[in-house]
Amino acid sequence: MTFYDIIFYLFAAITLISALFVVSTRNIVYSAFYLLFTFFGVAGIYVLLGADFIAVVQIMVYVGGILILLLFGVMLTNKITNVEIRTGTVQLLPAAIGIGIFMGAVVAVMIWTEWKLEPAQIPLTTTKDIGHLLITDYVLIFELLGILLLIALIGAASIARRDQE
Amino acid sequence: MLQVGLTHFLIISAVLFSLGIYGIVTRKNAVMVLMGIELVLNAANINFVAFSKFGNFGLGGQVIALFVIVLAAAEAAIALAIVLNIYKTFSNVNVDEIDHLKE
Repeated sequence: MTFYDIIFYLFAAITLISALFVVSTRNIVYSAFYLLFTFFGVAGIYVLLGADFIAVVQIMVYVGGILILLLFGVMLTNKITNVEIRTGTVQLLPAAIGIGIFMGAVVAVMIWTEWKLEPAQIPLTTTKDIGHLLITDYVLIFELLGILLLIALIGAASIARRDQE
Repeated sequence: MLQVGLTHFLIISAVLFSLGIYGIVTRKNAVMVLMGIELVLNAANINFVAFSKFGNFGLGGQVIALFVIVLAAAEAAIALAIVLNIYKTFSNVNVDEIDHLKE
């Protein structure tokens, strides 16, 4: 068991245990904070996979953007005087059984499939190569995503401010 | 088995995906459903980056993972705007009580 393996199991444990708390605790604010640890754990897994740029983007966009947005959503959709902001649950047991079967099936497939492994040489820093790919092979998707983000921004602003008319 | 390889990352991703689906199915609050969706998208991203390293695809998987993160950000912004409007209209955001289209 090398140092790499130990770090992997550490990040895997952080990710999965905090994800379990996200979906099992009833206090929404606690869920949002556990989600923070999940995102950090996933960023660590990206680093272990040699994706340094994706890891930084994960922390900046997810932790710095989406998580803050979710917390604003929690705060704006509840009476702020409530100390406990709770969520109701539906169909816990059937969902747990169904998801358990699904998870077992997927994990079994992942274990028993003979993956064709061709470990590629990932360069030490990937930022430059990702930048090259974005303006050569994937330029159309890149431009479309830029337009999509603009549309999403305008759309979100106009939906959220509709009663100003 | 203790040597970390592709399978380990795929199992992490599968478990994270299942937990996300469980959160989407069982929570009533719309913001919690969004958190479940984020978990699912993260699980998919782990798969993309893992295959980018262990299959011989170059950096394509990482670029697609970047696109997924962008889509997740756009989706979260739109969804929260909708959730705020629902709260203004119904004074709660429980997804099982907002079923006026059925009537």
